[in-house]
Amino acid sequence: MRSNINVEIALTHIFTRKRQTLVAALGVTMGIAMYIFSNSLMKGFGKYSRTEIFKVTPHLRIYKDDEISKPLIEAKSPRQVVIIHNPKITTLSRTIINPYALLAEVKKQDYISSAAPQVNVDVFYQNGKTQLKGVANGVNMVEADAMFNIQGTMVAGSLNALSNSLSSVVVGSRIANKLNLGLDDNLTIVSSAGVVKVMKIVGIFSTKNKATDESKVYLHIAAAQQLVKAGPTYITDIYANIKNPDEALAYSQLLQPITSYKVEDWKTTYADILAGDLIRQIMSTSVSMAILLVAAFGIYNILNMTISQKLDDIAILKATGFAGRDIIRIFVLEALIMGIIGTALGLILGAICIQILSGVYVGGPADYFPIYFDPGVFITSTVFGLLITIGAGYLPARRAARIDPVAIFRK
Amino acid sequence: MKNQTVILRTQSIGKYFYDPIRFKVLDDVSFEAYAGEFLTLVGKSGCGKSTLLYCLSTMDTAYEGELFIEGQKVTGKKTDELAAIRSRAIGFVFQFHYLLPEFSCLKNVMIPALKLGKYSHREVEERAYQKLDMLGLKDQALKPASKLSGGQQQRVSIARALINDPKIILCDEPTGNLDSKNAQNVFDIFKQLCSEMGQTIIAVTHDNDFAKNSDRTIELADGKILNTKTYLLD
Ligand SMILES: Nc1ncnc2c1ncn2[C@@H]1O[C@H](COP(=O)(O)OP(=O)(O)OP(=O)(O)O)[C@@H](O)[C@H]1O
Ligand SMILES: [Mg+2]
Repeated sequence: MRSNINVEIALTHIFTRKRQTLVAALGVTMGIAMYIFSNSLMKGFGKYSRTEIFKVTPHLRIYKDDEISKPLIEAKSPRQVVIIHNPKITTLSRTIINPYALLAEVKKQDYISSAAPQVNVDVFYQNGKTQLKGVANGVNMVEADAMFNIQGTMVAGSLNALSNSLSSVVVGSRIANKLNLGLDDNLTIVSSAGVVKVMKIVGIFSTKNKATDESKVYLHIAAAQQLVKAGPTYITDIYANIKNPDEALAYSQLLQPITSYKVEDWKTTYADILAGDLIRQIMSTSVSMAILLVAAFGIYNILNMTISQKLDDIAILKATGFAGRDIIRIFVLEALIMGIIGTALGLILGAICIQILSGVYVGGPADYFPIYFDPGVFITSTVFGLLITIGAGYLPARRAARIDPVAIFRK
Repeated sequence: MKNQTVILRTQSIGKYFYDPIRFKVLDDVSFEAYAGEFLTLVGKSGCGKSTLLYCLSTMDTAYEGELFIEGQKVTGKKTDELAAIRSRAIGFVFQFHYLLPEFSCLKNVMIPALKLGKYSHREVEERAYQKLDMLGLKDQALKPASKLSGGQQQRVSIARALINDPKIILCDEPTGNLDSKNAQNVFDIFKQLCSEMGQTIIAVTHDNDFAKNSDRTIELADGKILNTKTYLLD
């Protein structure tokens, strides 16, 4: 009963100034819609670029890093004279020593969801006089498909033949185009070790990523080992996936003590792209925050105006027994109503924007505009919208609560 | 005459104003008001009548001395406690009506009762109608407060002061804006409230007839009580 009258007064104030209420609410609407829109966009881009990244990159990669030669005598302090030398990369072989023991050890970790050995060889593809540079990927096709969903990118042929044939190859679509080759044609592969292999094209894939499609082929892991004249223990990389890719860095640090080889997480590999994402995210968040702040200022202003016009009302309410906290409740509630209206409209407007944009065809590798509904964005924007309006309402409400009724009655 | 229960008592109330210079508006004001008494405060303009009334109202707390309401010391209580005391025990009538313009007369009368929360919404509404009826305004109940004449608005504000049946009704020139007929009407209602309901009225007035017809008049001069007159009319 007691709080009811506060609500009634607040509602009456709102209803008798519909226009101002709406204007204040629309400010919030713009802020919320902008927030939802830009964050969904960022989320969409993020998700899109991740799918692109995870088409070719594992969450964690173990490989032999290049070693740099050391001086014969190392300087103990910067001022000490040392033997001048010319540091060089001294990596003689890319292989991981005893790879299957390491692989077994990696698979034993309970946070690893899958792990697979890889042989990556720098090669040239030839057809007649035409030559293309690229990387041949020796893989266990079943494991690689589980990790990268290669099947999903196939445009012709199939992956199956790769599992048991050492002379079959699955090529990127641009390689096939440039060399004018199709299914069942032969592709000549020349490795840096001088091995020449003629292989039959059993499948063509297209990731829609230009660099990948014009350089990558998949072949049987043993075939790749033949290309570098090596035996079955020649493994250049171990790829591993974990459950939550966002924790890759932590798990790479967890995995590193197991081996002396380099463990690299995908975020380190793609630090440049992710940094760009982060900067865009910060920019769009601060823009929408600024809009919300302006909206909050609008609410603050309107309440301040209402209060200045209603000094007499506030004075008589206080005289007839309304406590300071009742006055605060009345005006915060008014702000909250504006905030709720504005936020609700903002959610709808944001949803409409997403709906429209997600249907826009942009072509290229993305097909449709990479934006999607993320309930999290809607929840955080609602919380932001309401918190900011409560804050914007509280300041003037507190001023109203402190009004001295005697000073008003004396006028 | 009346029973002698003290409903309000002041103990050497003093008050200073500091703007523009420090001066004492109220000086050693001590008096008692009894249950069912119609008390008037008179004095020259600027002698401190309104100031005293605001101190009695518990809205002004910047005074020295002590104030007791219903035997309870009020001086020094927290503002929220004072608001609760006002809600329950004190009604106000000012020279200006201070009605909330967006609400109907009925709602204006109901608001202090809804705030007090002692009665259900329906009971409050009934009581508000009853008070408006008493002031001859029953037919105006549903009109917006801003659509009434000055005299009508003043009577609505009196109904609002009465809604919680407060023990004490404080008035600052309640009939100042009313014509003689309406003033007489209000005066009669006040008389009736004191004698029949046992409510205490403390009214500041410039109207000599009004004062003479009350039970007792306290005259202030320069913030001090000059004299007290008790009328034994009936
Ligand atoms: N806020 C204030 N600051 C300083 N002085 C004030 C203030 N309010 C009132 N005064 C002074 O205090 C004195 C008493 O004022 P008060 O309003 O109590 O007079 P009053 O007896 O009600 O007069 P009136 O009959 O004209 O209403 C006056 O001299 C007035 O100028
Ligand atoms: Mg006065």
